[in-house]
Amino acid sequence: MALNILVAVKRVPAPGAKIVLTEDAQRIDTKHLGFTVSPHEECAVEEAVQLTGQHGGESTVLTLGPEVAEEQLRTAISMGINHGVLVATDDEEWDAIATAAALTDAITTLEAERGAFDLILFGNESADAGNYQVGVRVAHALDRPVVSGIKDIEVTGDGVTMKRAVDDGFEVMQLPLPAVAAVKEGINLPRYPAMRGRLIAKKAQIRHITPEQRQGGLSRVRLRHPQQDQTETQILGTGAEAAPAVARIFEEVGLL
Amino acid sequence: MSDLPDRAHVVVIGAGIVGNCIVGHLADKGWKEIVLVDKGPLPDPGGSTGHASNFIFPVDHGKEIAMLTLDSQRQYEAMGIQVSPGGIEVARTEERMEELRRRMASAKAWGVESELISNERIKELVPFVNTDILLGGFWTPSVSVVDSLQAGTIMRQKAIDASALTVSANTEVEDLEVEDGRIKAVVTDRGRIECEYVIVACGVWSPKIAAMAGATIPLTPAVHQMIDVGPIPALEETRAEIAFPIVRDMDTNMYERQNGGDMEVGSYAHRPILHMPEDIPSIEEAQLSPTQLPLSQEDFDPQMEDALELMPDLLDTPGAGVKHGIDGLLSLTPDGGPILGETIEVKGLWSAAAVWIKEGPGVGRMIAEWMTDGEPEIDPHGADIARFTPHQRTWKHIRARTSEGFNKTYGIVHPREQWESDRDQRHSTFHPRTKALGAVYFEAGTWERPQWYESNAPLVEEFGVADREHEWDRRWWSPIINAEHLAMRERAAMIDLTAFSIYEVKGAGACEYLQRMVVANVDRPIGRIMYTPVLTHKGGFRSDLTVVRLGWDHYRIITGGGDWGRDLKWFTDHLPSDGSAFLYDVTNAWCTAGVWGPRARDIVQSVTEHDLSNEAFPFGQAQQVEVNGIPTLMLRISYVGDLGWEIHAPMEHGLKLWDTLWEAGQPHGMIAAGGGVYGTTGRIEKGYRLMGAELESEYNPVEAGLAFPKVKAADFNGKENYLKARESEPIAKMCSLTVEDHTSKAGIKRFMNGGEPILTTDGQRIADAHGRPSFVTTAGSGPSVGKHILLAYLPTEHAEEGNELLVEYMNEHYPVVVRSNTRNGIFDPDDTRMKA
Repeated sequence: MALNILVAVKRVPAPGAKIVLTEDAQRIDTKHLGFTVSPHEECAVEEAVQLTGQHGGESTVLTLGPEVAEEQLRTAISMGINHGVLVATDDEEWDAIATAAALTDAITTLEAERGAFDLILFGNESADAGNYQVGVRVAHALDRPVVSGIKDIEVTGDGVTMKRAVDDGFEVMQLPLPAVAAVKEGINLPRYPAMRGRLIAKKAQIRHITPEQRQGGLSRVRLRHPQQDQTETQILGTGAEAAPAVARIFEEVGLL
Repeated sequence: MSDLPDRAHVVVIGAGIVGNCIVGHLADKGWKEIVLVDKGPLPDPGGSTGHASNFIFPVDHGKEIAMLTLDSQRQYEAMGIQVSPGGIEVARTEERMEELRRRMASAKAWGVESELISNERIKELVPFVNTDILLGGFWTPSVSVVDSLQAGTIMRQKAIDASALTVSANTEVEDLEVEDGRIKAVVTDRGRIECEYVIVACGVWSPKIAAMAGATIPLTPAVHQMIDVGPIPALEETRAEIAFPIVRDMDTNMYERQNGGDMEVGSYAHRPILHMPEDIPSIEEAQLSPTQLPLSQEDFDPQMEDALELMPDLLDTPGAGVKHGIDGLLSLTPDGGPILGETIEVKGLWSAAAVWIKEGPGVGRMIAEWMTDGEPEIDPHGADIARFTPHQRTWKHIRARTSEGFNKTYGIVHPREQWESDRDQRHSTFHPRTKALGAVYFEAGTWERPQWYESNAPLVEEFGVADREHEWDRRWWSPIINAEHLAMRERAAMIDLTAFSIYEVKGAGACEYLQRMVVANVDRPIGRIMYTPVLTHKGGFRSDLTVVRLGWDHYRIITGGGDWGRDLKWFTDHLPSDGSAFLYDVTNAWCTAGVWGPRARDIVQSVTEHDLSNEAFPFGQAQQVEVNGIPTLMLRISYVGDLGWEIHAPMEHGLKLWDTLWEAGQPHGMIAAGGGVYGTTGRIEKGYRLMGAELESEYNPVEAGLAFPKVKAADFNGKENYLKARESEPIAKMCSLTVEDHTSKAGIKRFMNGGEPILTTDGQRIADAHGRPSFVTTAGSGPSVGKHILLAYLPTEHAEEGNELLVEYMNEHYPVVVRSNTRNGIFDPDDTRMKA
């Protein structure tokens, strides 16, 4: 069966080792940074491209964010996604409740036009906020089954089989379509965007949807760096002379 | 791991290709107590070296860069870290094919094996190139790829093995201490190091580091975009880092270079993207490295189309994609050259910046020689940090010129090409008048100097001057120049020479000081003009200039507009430490008009009561002359070979001087002439040499034909080697040649512009016993002798007058004949006109 798949992604900065905050500590200073999506979302895009490749159909990538988030949509298109939709906001961060509500509205609009999405894929969590909520909230609002932490998707006749990694193996779940999944990095190896794909993506029409902003549940006080533990190195000695001291430490920590 | 000493002889800041090569060469030269610091980790501290493409195309039109590149290739080869897959510069347009033909001449001049090849041959060498869009290529088998990080490690190790070097990575420079104008210490986050010398080899950070000492290094960080496309099985199969020749797609300002199983695609085609050194992220803040910023995709998109057009199948291989892309930072300078040498502001503080991988080891050697011997083997005048004027050190100028220059990286740049941006900064006081006469301005040392005057267009017909048929030959040229020349020779011409650099020397020790500085004897009567070479310690040309004795303790030095900074530094550096002589720059206080031609005396005499007769005012004299109430200094000399004077007047009298002379000249048919006459046609007919063209440190006055009959008793810079050179026959001589047939195979007349190789009649390259190639140092019309004249050094055996040779131009050969092998040019060799 031909599949109609939607992938939701979020534009996030790609920081270096040290994350610099703006002076008001409200956001990350992105002056020197590029932008990307989370590795989970990259895999979700790849999964959508592979599934439509296998089964036929079409894929759409959706994001809620500022105008410049078109960049992430076009990257997904250059990897093989067919359509891009931007739920355009100003530059401020929306919390999970507001985001899920706006995405639900947008999906409802899109489905009214071109039919239901068989699968809606999210990354397991965003790379910056890491709330683990949007996928679940959207599924709930759309009244569809949802599973998270997914490492394998197989579309069968009238449903879909998904696997979630657990300590000793996989949980295997069978869901009816349409369904929602939050996928995890490792489900596949995302391809590099092809040069030709880039050129196609550059010319692609991005659909813009203006959302109605709902009340969220969270407000940001400030960002701060986590407390860095001060580590101290004590040299116990060198060569064989150090052995008694090492043995003493092992005893202290209960290894001997 | 860092054991920073608190004292060192020299501290090198920056462990990129340049800093590493400098410490290696300094150790070779016997330097000890060298400290190399970098704020990043080794071997890749995060500067431009770390993301360089590491390939070397050795052919360059400029000699200095070509020589540095060839030296670097030899050094990389000796280090065993160079492979030579070869490289092809491909042409999509006929204009580019012509440029490739011109590159053949440069390759021949510098001794690089290159070949123009057909599309079929391109396809053989690089099967995945789409030759349907190409016209041909320029194939250089010696194009190489090097491991610049490994080269750095080898160079450092060499210095460590010589017990000469302490290396301190992860060490940030926080301050440079200066005392009494001299560098005193480097303050780092790991301690303070007192030292005699500091070398700033910090690439894109150099301006920021130099500023800690109050010095300027005029460069800007700029983006060069590149992407890695892969995996590509056709490349993986070669199992080599690089097996296929590198392709430079010149017309799109791009290159494609195999990188293992990937293809690296780089571009100089996008808009100039400049950064500020202060804004470069730290190592911790950067996503990849401080000089590898995120690719600005929209700037690169058009280049992707071009790349796909050139290598459609390869770059479109299923499964291959853009693995990696960066906005890589590199250093750009206002004139595109490196920035080397001691800073003008702080003694002992050196710059070694804006250097590409292809020049790194050569620059390392150059700096080490310069610091050890006082001068490098390769003349550094095009790279010398002292070349920049104060205006050229402003951010406005740096940004304007680097923005303009960026897209010329692979451009077709005419030898006479003028910059378009940031012009009209320095105007001669005569400017309103020259502009009214339709002057076409060329830039000389940031001055606007008339090159020719459109108002003289009617002279072209009057003197029957022929135009040049080929657009390239007539670009940045006009037949008006030749017409102005003939009008000067027949009547008279007035020339705006305000761009001259002028210094004055005063003090009880002025004579003794200048005796030490120049070859000519300056202990001559007041009013005497002395044209003189200025030599390096090894006896090569440092500059040539005019000295006038104005008083027993007072001299004026007049040198070229473009030589202002270098000559000023050289003369200032050598001032006596006891204060017995001092030198000041009066360039901006004096304007200069030249009036030359057979009617010059009649014209100037008509506006002064001063006796200008040959008896009262002989050739080689300077006199204080009142001209219509203006106090002037008149110099009876000429660079164009005709009777007349250089007239210096206080800048504020300039317009009055111009108007006075202009009005007086009208009854005599005097015209205004430009730099085309002064700098090329007039001078080349007389065989006069120009600093930076005929004169450079690799040649001595005997070879240049500028040795004096007598040697003064006083000691001077370079005297020992000057005396040695005089004792034997020179191995090469500066010669004037004429082109005997201009007709190309296509049947049109072609005119060389300079830089072309001189060949034997059977087409062989000529080099002298020191390996110095024979090439055209200046080319230009000789309207009065009816020939196109070329100046070139020839090995003595080829320098016989009447000897027949060839010149290569656009991959064709033209016959030339040696007309003179002495300082006497072709026109009026006995100087009867000047001395009339």
